[in-house]
Amino acid sequence: MEILEFFHHDFIQRAIVAGCFIAALCSTLGTFLVLRRLSLIGDGLAHVTFGGVAAGLLVETYPFYVAVPIVMASALGILKLIDKARLYGDAAIGIVSSLGIAGGILIASIAGGFNVDLFSYLFGNILAISSAEVWTSILLCLCLIIVIALFYQELVAITFDEESARASGINTRRINRVLVLLTALTVVLAMKVVGIMLVSSLLIIPSVTALQFARGFRTTIIISCLTGIISVISGIIISFLLDFPSGATIVLVNFLLFIMSFTAVHIFRKRPGQGT
Amino acid sequence: MTDIVTTDRLCFRFNGVEILKDISFTLARGQFLGIVGPNGSGKTTLIKLLLGLLAPASGRVTLFGKDIGKFHGWSRIGYLPQKIAGFNPHFPATVEEVVSLGLLAGKSFPRRKKKNDRRSVDEVIELMDIASIRNKLIGELSGGQQQRVLIAKALVSSPELLILDEPTTALDPESRERFFSILKNINRQKDVTIIMITHDTGTIGRHASLMLYIDKTVIFFGGFDDFCMSKDMTDYFGEHSQHLICHRHGNVLTRIKGLDDHA
Repeated sequence: MEILEFFHHDFIQRAIVAGCFIAALCSTLGTFLVLRRLSLIGDGLAHVTFGGVAAGLLVETYPFYVAVPIVMASALGILKLIDKARLYGDAAIGIVSSLGIAGGILIASIAGGFNVDLFSYLFGNILAISSAEVWTSILLCLCLIIVIALFYQELVAITFDEESARASGINTRRINRVLVLLTALTVVLAMKVVGIMLVSSLLIIPSVTALQFARGFRTTIIISCLTGIISVISGIIISFLLDFPSGATIVLVNFLLFIMSFTAVHIFRKRPGQGT
Repeated sequence: MTDIVTTDRLCFRFNGVEILKDISFTLARGQFLGIVGPNGSGKTTLIKLLLGLLAPASGRVTLFGKDIGKFHGWSRIGYLPQKIAGFNPHFPATVEEVVSLGLLAGKSFPRRKKKNDRRSVDEVIELMDIASIRNKLIGELSGGQQQRVLIAKALVSSPELLILDEPTTALDPESRERFFSILKNINRQKDVTIIMITHDTGTIGRHASLMLYIDKTVIFFGGFDDFCMSKDMTDYFGEHSQHLICHRHGNVLTRIKGLDDHA
């Protein structure tokens, strides 16, 4: 009965709806990013989000609006560095990430030091999510579904082997841009769920959980989404009932699901020589 | 005969260093070109230039009579890259899904699956003898099995030009024989043009109709028999050159120690 009452709260409903959509977004994109060894792009862009939020607070504008263009430009910057400066992905992400943090600290310093608002973005608070943010996450999720549906085959081909995909006449540059821009938007949205510091966990952990046992690419995306959604709902309930920070709880539930799938797969997987 | 590939004084530089210089050759429909050369001679670079994966510093590439910049018929080309480890071994796709990726080039946006796709995939899976593993994940297969899947991916679109970069490195002798019997079949019966980089001299001896020997630039380009008579072959193959001729005439069926690994 207590659980049912729990779902009657408006802020809980908003948190669960937005959280589920954002988890689905992160899990889907995360599958492509993890397999392309670009897992940490979420972390790097989250650090840039810190700079964007600081800039938003400095000019007293809603931080989301300032962070989005900055993070999207940074995402394209990462691609440019990989392509033109011939850097490995992790090095390019590292450069942009540290630049974002440095910019954020500098802006906060100019503004007269850190304040409570900035810290709330660092660690997230999904229970404080607004209706506008709920609608934004739903809209973005719908956009992602359309984009994935349109470019699904290309995304799979590029994720499997970018060179062969290019040799098939696929415009890999365009697909890469679409992928990182969607990731940038998702990261900015996800900062409200788990915070800037933990946003990459929503991108990485559900995907690696699914990769433990999924057979087939579509199945991997579906399992990844379900894992992300389950961890967000469970995380919100646990954090509310036990008065834990929501972002950290969601990440820990995510990790628990990963450990469970990892353990189950390694226990039940047949060893060589045990027959078919 | 229709010219399938033409390169005209092709040059490529990387960081100011000249990798390839003045590469010119023409390949007609149904020809089988073997590309040889020492390590670092620019063989793979040349293939990447042919596929538009790299842009030349100067010179031009023509595919099926069209300048590569205006060429869009990528489904007419099947490509098998050099490194089997080029893809993520944990990629969660089944053999069937991977083979289907080879059909993408022939489709326009949004590249939806077509009715005939299933039949094409079934045929090539049968051809490459991988039906028993079609539902397995690519990462669960041995190196040789993965290579057969990648070959199936290159063949699934029924290409008119097949570009293979060291395709048999991970194959066991039996799979290698089967692979070359398939190549011979599609080359002679379907008139598919083949370009193959290989260090497998036995293969070149038995199958190639043309030879391109490069070392930054063209050392030799011409018919295989002319290559056998040239000093260039002795320079490249050294003591193994006689074995190459034997392979050509079909008298040597067993592998000769050191021969296949000669680079």
